Amino acid sequence: MKLYQKTAAELSRLLQNKEITAVEVLNSFMERVDEVDPQLKVFITCTFDSALETAAAVDHRRMENEKLHPLAGVPVAIKDNFCTEGIKTTCASKILESYIPPYDAAVVEKIKSIGMPILGKTNMDEFAMGSSTENSAFFVTRNPWDLECVPGGSSGGSAAAVAAGMVPFALGSDTGGSIRQPAALCGITGLRPTYGRVSRYGLIAFASSLDQIGPLALNALDCSLLLEAIAGYDQRDSTSLHREVPQYSAAVDRELEGVKIGLIKENISANFDPEIKDAVLKMAALFEENGASVTEVSLPHTDYGLSAYYLIAPSEAASNLGRYDGVRYGFSANGDNIFSLFSRTRGQGFGTEVKRRIMIGTYALSAGYYDAYYLQAMKVRTLIRRDYEKAFQNFDIIVGATTPTPAFKLGEKADDPLQMYLSDVCNITDALAGVPSLSIPTGLHSKGLPMGMQLTAAPLNEGLLFQAAAVLEKCNDSSPVGRPSILPVEGSCRNGI
Amino acid sequence: MSDDFIREVEHVARLARLLLNSKEKELMADQLGAILDTARKVREIDTAGIEPTAHVFSIPAFLREDAISPSLPVEKVLQNAPKKMKSYFLVPSITAIEEE
Amino acid sequence: MEFETVIGLEIHLELQTRSKLFCSCSTAFGSEPNTSCCPVCLGLPGSLPVLNRKAVELAIIAALSLQSEVQTESRFDRKNYYYPDLPKAYQISQYDRPLALGGFIEMEMDGAKRKINLERIHIEEDPGKLMHSGESILDSDYSLVDYNRAGIPLLEIVTKPDLRNGREARLFLEELRCILLYSGSSDCRMEEGSLRCDANISLRPAGSKTLGTRTEVKNMNSFRAVEMALDYEAGRQAAVLSAGGSVVQQTCHWDEGARETIPLRGKEGSSDYRYFPEPDLLPLILKPDYIETLAASLPELPSSRRARMMEEYGLDPADAAILTENRSLGDLFEAAAGEYKDYRNLARWVRGDLLYLLKGSDRNPSEVDPFLLIKLLTMLDEGEINRPVAKDLLDNIVKNGTDPRELVQQKGLGRIADRETLQPVVEKVLAENKDAVASIRQGREKAFAFLVGRVMAATAGRADPGKVQELLRELIN
Ligand SMILES: [Mg+2]
Ligand SMILES: [Zn+2]
Repeated sequence: MKLYQKTAAELSRLLQNKEITAVEVLNSFMERVDEVDPQLKVFITCTFDSALETAAAVDHRRMENEKLHPLAGVPVAIKDNFCTEGIKTTCASKILESYIPPYDAAVVEKIKSIGMPILGKTNMDEFAMGSSTENSAFFVTRNPWDLECVPGGSSGGSAAAVAAGMVPFALGSDTGGSIRQPAALCGITGLRPTYGRVSRYGLIAFASSLDQIGPLALNALDCSLLLEAIAGYDQRDSTSLHREVPQYSAAVDRELEGVKIGLIKENISANFDPEIKDAVLKMAALFEENGASVTEVSLPHTDYGLSAYYLIAPSEAASNLGRYDGVRYGFSANGDNIFSLFSRTRGQGFGTEVKRRIMIGTYALSAGYYDAYYLQAMKVRTLIRRDYEKAFQNFDIIVGATTPTPAFKLGEKADDPLQMYLSDVCNITDALAGVPSLSIPTGLHSKGLPMGMQLTAAPLNEGLLFQAAAVLEKCNDSSPVGRPSILPVEGSCRNGI
Repeated sequence: MSDDFIREVEHVARLARLLLNSKEKELMADQLGAILDTARKVREIDTAGIEPTAHVFSIPAFLREDAISPSLPVEKVLQNAPKKMKSYFLVPSITAIEEE
Repeated sequence: MEFETVIGLEIHLELQTRSKLFCSCSTAFGSEPNTSCCPVCLGLPGSLPVLNRKAVELAIIAALSLQSEVQTESRFDRKNYYYPDLPKAYQISQYDRPLALGGFIEMEMDGAKRKINLERIHIEEDPGKLMHSGESILDSDYSLVDYNRAGIPLLEIVTKPDLRNGREARLFLEELRCILLYSGSSDCRMEEGSLRCDANISLRPAGSKTLGTRTEVKNMNSFRAVEMALDYEAGRQAAVLSAGGSVVQQTCHWDEGARETIPLRGKEGSSDYRYFPEPDLLPLILKPDYIETLAASLPELPSSRRARMMEEYGLDPADAAILTENRSLGDLFEAAAGEYKDYRNLARWVRGDLLYLLKGSDRNPSEVDPFLLIKLLTMLDEGEINRPVAKDLLDNIVKNGTDPRELVQQKGLGRIADRETLQPVVEKVLAENKDAVASIRQGREKAFAFLVGRVMAATAGRADPGKVQELLRELIN
């Protein structure tokens, strides 16, 4: 078994026992990137050189018997909407194509201080707006299980990288499903933490009241380890929660005896791919075998989630993206007066989906429509939050399918925004309620593509999700899907700096 | 697509400082129409007496002490500037704020 | 036709914090362009605002000192518009849940008591600064942007349309400035842009209650400019209306040089600000007892101090006005008044010679030791020294803080009243002015005063005038 095939937890153990070095680990993953990235197209920027420096430094400190963080020397990849000082951060947008931030995002600071080598910045839908990573201004990323299919999005690069063994785990962001949906389509585990659990400082904003940072990994344990590393209060983010960070990784050893699990009625009864629903029910049965109780639960306002989300998120986005005006940074078109500078820069710099959302948001906030659209959507958001509050009075975890279908073909939904939006339909209400939600693999579809299930808990109960996911892993000897088999081809990471 | 809605789209595009070509305008008009129809679903619910949610958790605002910490060195401030003069950002004439 | 002018003001004040409203950059005035900037105030992607506690405190103090009702829950909103000096393309402000509602200033305006009501008070951030090539914004082919000011904390005060002419607007601003200087929330320097004022002005037939079409007047850079601009604009509108025309709602620029208001084109239509609650900042919740504590710590405000000084010290309005307008001058007066009971005399000295000497040596009243002042006035009252000497001593108190009694002793400046010292001086003066003596003997009294003057001069003003007259009479007859 090659090093790149190991989980982060295994690598951490081997490194701490000095059985392997961080440089060896990194080399194995860099070779893997060179092998498969030419087909998958995951990295917008590779940062191998600085990664090697970090790895070498960690090995040196370990030789000096310094006390190191368990994850020191374990490589990670980062979605390209996290600010990295001195390293291009593009949001997969032409408007930030050559933007170099002068500071690190809060989570990047943490990753660096731990000594985790950063392999590179992963591809995404432009400004995280999309569900297929096809909205990248640079190139499309392919699904490791089927190169003709999308990896999901917007964190498609991070998901594909983990699934293909290019990196043990990666960071993504989830505004309305952007971690969980690609995790499901790529057959891995991805967590959207409680809103405020991880500092957003330095995460380039899409919709501020919804954006959350989370881990994508091979299993619950690796997810919990990465969450432990990045979670915590940060004064620089006024919305971050002032709460202790528990040892999430300890949760994976707990039993499910007495845990109350709710099957989300609106999800299970929806007109989704039957194989996906069966897989969810199979997992529910496994929960019961392990001593959990499983009954149906209803989230009555689920049907309104999509509508509310597609008013709230674009409205905040329209405002957050106003700053890209060609004056201080980023792409700047020629304009002989300020108005033409602004509107040409933005007209040429943004892709179609981003423009579409800016238009929706500007419309929803504009005079005469605010009350009917934006304000009404915020009230519906309150009703959706109450659905969850009620549900968690009687249940510890509520579950359903992560996506209505397995990975779809490249280009299949590219010209139909509404169809594309619908692929996030299961992920949106959690985001509106701010609750933690974990997607785990449930098995392979007859098309040979992975399927996913979503576990959701009350605010700050991430541990419970890891606990339940780990129990299923044990029953499915580590994973119900295993790893995709992608044949290496010659080539190398061409986006290196 | 009605001309009214096309004009609506043009108005919103101007508000958002987005220069759209006529093809984009047509497309936007179509798709926005469809998307807004879906969005209108929120108006089916009676939300009388329901408080809007702007923040999912109501935690007290954190207030920082009034202390100065070093700003960015000016070369970092200007490092990404598309156009600059001396240590200023440079912009074209701002006489025409609205009309192009 | 008779018109009534209706004016409402929108005042922006810089709150006196050390760091900016949402980041830790310095607010210091006049630093090199773009040197007080960070990811937050530059609106760099990924940056987030964090509210400055001191800014909130100063805003509350200002609101309380204007009798405005501080809200226990207020909220920050985004005001979205595009302008090169606005880094995020939105200004973080407060829209439908402002920090404070209502409030008023009661003041004398040309003898009449007037109550000017406030609409609201809220906190917001300042944009950056634009410098235009060419003469003005209108003929510039490019502009330069400096973001040092971006994010500086501002207090916006909106009045009800209660003002009736340019002079009232000026007087109101002067009183507002005085109050905020007292409460210490802003230094109100209009030249440095730490106090800015825009106005909405409209006319209506005298007696009518409905408001006419208003124009907004901007770019008034001094209190005087406010008065002139508003009176000019009122006159312009009156002319339009009298000629049967109608006023166009628009924004005008006050042109200091041309002394006229010029309509600003272009900015119309950009008025759809698409306000919505700032998702990056939580609502501002204030504990009532916190507001109480700040209210309790408020200093006495000018108007009530003025009233109390007239009441307590029997000062006339003019003296009271001067002694409150400058807070530390009033403090010096009251410190001295604690021991020295001839208040009117004290007031005369403080607002007269003392204030004059302070201005001349640009010293602050707080630097003057009230007990030296008391000593001086007492010595004068008890005849130890004469007035001219007292003025020199006061000068020494202000400039060097020297004790008047010590100076009198070491320089021997005391009053001369004993015969032995005075008689030779008087005889000498009489000997030198024989014809004056002659004319007195012929009953012409005018010459007598002349002789007294000579003696005083010969003694450097120290002789006791009474004794001098006595001796002169005696020796002439
Ligand atoms: Mg304002
Ligand atoms: Zn700053």
